[in-house]
Amino acid sequence: MNRELFTNTRILAGHIWRRERIQIPVWILAVVGLSVAVAAMSPSLFPPGPEREMIAKTMENPAMISMLGPGYGLDNYHLGAIMAHQMLLFTALAAAVMNIMLTIRHTRRDEELGRVEVIRSLPVGQLSNAAAVMVVAAITNLILGLGVAVGLAVLGLEGMDWSGSLTYGAVLTVTGIFFAAASLFFAQLTETARAASGYSFAFLGLAYLLRAVGDISSEPLSLISPLGLVLRAQVYVNNYWWPIWVTLTAAFLVAAAALKLNTLRDLEAGFIAAKPGRKYASPWLQSTLGLVLRLERTTIIGWAVGMLVLGASYGSIYGEVESFIQTSELYQQMLPSVVGYSLLDQFTAMLLSVMSMIAAVPALLVVFKLRGEERANRTEHLLARAVSRSRLMGSFVGTALLTAVLMQVLSVLGLWAAASAVVENPFNLGEITAAALAYVPLIWILIGTGAALIGLAPKRAGLAWLYLGYTFFVMFIGKMLQLPAWLEKLTPWGYIPNVPLEPLKTGVLLLTLLTAAVLIGLGFYGYRKRDLYG
Amino acid sequence: MAIVQVNKVTKKFGSFTALDGIDLEVNQGEVYGFIGPNGAGKTTTIRILLGILKATSGTATIFGRDAWHDAVEIHKKIAYVPGDVSLWPNLTGGEVIDLFVKLRGGDNKSRREELIERFDLDPTKKCGTYSKGNRQKVALVAAFASDADLYILDEPTSGLDPLMELVFQECVQEVKAEGKSVLLSSHILSEVEKLCDRVSIIRQGKIIESGSLQELRHLTRIRVRVETAQAIPNLREVTGVHDVEEFEGGAAFQVDSDRLGEVIKHISNFEIIALESAPPTLEDLFMHHYQGEG
Repeated sequence: MNRELFTNTRILAGHIWRRERIQIPVWILAVVGLSVAVAAMSPSLFPPGPEREMIAKTMENPAMISMLGPGYGLDNYHLGAIMAHQMLLFTALAAAVMNIMLTIRHTRRDEELGRVEVIRSLPVGQLSNAAAVMVVAAITNLILGLGVAVGLAVLGLEGMDWSGSLTYGAVLTVTGIFFAAASLFFAQLTETARAASGYSFAFLGLAYLLRAVGDISSEPLSLISPLGLVLRAQVYVNNYWWPIWVTLTAAFLVAAAALKLNTLRDLEAGFIAAKPGRKYASPWLQSTLGLVLRLERTTIIGWAVGMLVLGASYGSIYGEVESFIQTSELYQQMLPSVVGYSLLDQFTAMLLSVMSMIAAVPALLVVFKLRGEERANRTEHLLARAVSRSRLMGSFVGTALLTAVLMQVLSVLGLWAAASAVVENPFNLGEITAAALAYVPLIWILIGTGAALIGLAPKRAGLAWLYLGYTFFVMFIGKMLQLPAWLEKLTPWGYIPNVPLEPLKTGVLLLTLLTAAVLIGLGFYGYRKRDLYG
Repeated sequence: MAIVQVNKVTKKFGSFTALDGIDLEVNQGEVYGFIGPNGAGKTTTIRILLGILKATSGTATIFGRDAWHDAVEIHKKIAYVPGDVSLWPNLTGGEVIDLFVKLRGGDNKSRREELIERFDLDPTKKCGTYSKGNRQKVALVAAFASDADLYILDEPTSGLDPLMELVFQECVQEVKAEGKSVLLSSHILSEVEKLCDRVSIIRQGKIIESGSLQELRHLTRIRVRVETAQAIPNLREVTGVHDVEEFEGGAAFQVDSDRLGEVIKHISNFEIIALESAPPTLEDLFMHHYQGEG
């Protein structure tokens, strides 16, 4: 291709590095750190013996295969193979997400904001920006892959040799580069950054889905999916390199196609025309509550599907769970021990607690949108019209409260449906739904904490997230580390008995509801009195 | 009748005093100009009037009601356009206009269509793709489509092209003709000069001048350019004369407005051939206040 198209690519790449000097290192450190930490913990998590055979067996379960990828090397199941099965696909997903965000940020987003126009007015080639982004992405992925490979290899664990670790790292590198190239391609097609990210993430989701179906039923289907293809490297067992080379070649072809498209189009134009939106607002949108629902639509639907799938994926392992727990001391430590109940019931109780904390995330996201809108200077449009602060906050808090209920119901429905499919009568649907709803007031307390902070200390509102993090840490990691019991009493989750094993006392229920109400009331009180910032 | 009344309003952010005893009064049927440089306190004043910020001391009332406590009631009769319009990127302009109109209460479809037409706005596009000017048009259409008694406009034309600015000026004149009141904060002095009946100049959180343009002009100097048959001796020593620039056969200078008569009388002794005088423009006023006392 014409060299002039790429004039000053190197300077631009340096510029992108500079802009990314925080984000890229954080991503790399997080991925490398998590991989090495999990690997380092694996000898104690998966000691040799009957426990490992159990895990090997779960890798033959279609539900596990569709989630984690095909099992291999199960006859001699060493730590390397376990690590590759448990971690590789999800780490590759994380790498893909990082690359999609990075690429879109510097291509379509910058173009939309008019930054590319400024760059293009300088002596810079037509393709220099796109090429610079790809160069940065390639180097980032190389560092990421090498970091993980070296980190895993130096641990010197059973079955995790240098050649395997390098293959592991290479899988991450080529997956990252491939999705960077794919995002570059989508960035050419659409006119907005939102749409470009939308297509890229949809493509990632499709790749995961194709692989999930393919791994269970059809090998060619998995080979079409980039995520399925890279798993065929069979890291730590066979270390095949052909999937890596194929993926890398595909990435080059996709990137070349993207660059070709880039030369064919005008700046700030796309190949898929943005379709005109609604000329009038639907009756649904014409209120504050309608606006909140519209703004949070994607978040709520996305999380709702996620909670259903989460519940279902837990439910799908009910067939093996009992024998698995019996062999794992760690799990036995984490489970609540209540005399007279089966391990399965105890496992269910633990799941309900975990899922309720995850369900708190979308509920908090909805509440914090109120603060986000304030910071983006958009609440003034509403408050400058005949909207009271109470109504505005009420719309957000009310939506959050209902979101909590919805998430709890969906997760338990997913759990019940999948568990019923693999074992007979795992539990009574009515009982388990009631148990899940017992956690709703706790999520409401978290919502109240968020609301109170937004009302009284808006600049410190993020503390509510920290509180959720603390809860998760104390209730789960705390049990493993055997921390003192009073730490549990600092979070609402420490007051709820192991439903459905133990009955919920009316007094406790009333107390949690009252606490939530008081906190929410404080939030309204503060929000009505204070200045708005932003 | 005073629609807006601001009485000794002070606003502190921590130890920083953003507003220091502001007084302001907008009467019914009047277009009131509010001018001052960036950071002088224009937007802070407007936000207090909207009940978004709470005054540290002093009172702010609109329609005789407290701007903070009765915000919702007041806002049913107010239309507001912010200077920097930030909108939801995934909603279309049409959806936002409908939402805004609906939230105020009231529904005037034909007025909405007419304004969209006049401002030449495409309501089917997502706000994320709009330029600053187009976002401002969305806010302006929503404001003028509503049947308000008071329009609070905070630098509403900073992103509009001259044609659209003309449309904006027409809209202001129309609502004024209907007896509505307008509080217009602006940087564009020619616009204020054209539209406003009275003006306040704010600087560093204080109102340093207010009144009708006529009154304000009296406070400053008039430019005079004169040609005379005989040279005027000692022009610089005449009381009330400033910034003298002499040239072949004449001089250009400024005169304090209350001394104009006497200065002209003095000059007429030297056989005036030509005389031009010009009232100060708002820009002169502005510069006078900002540079002279800066």
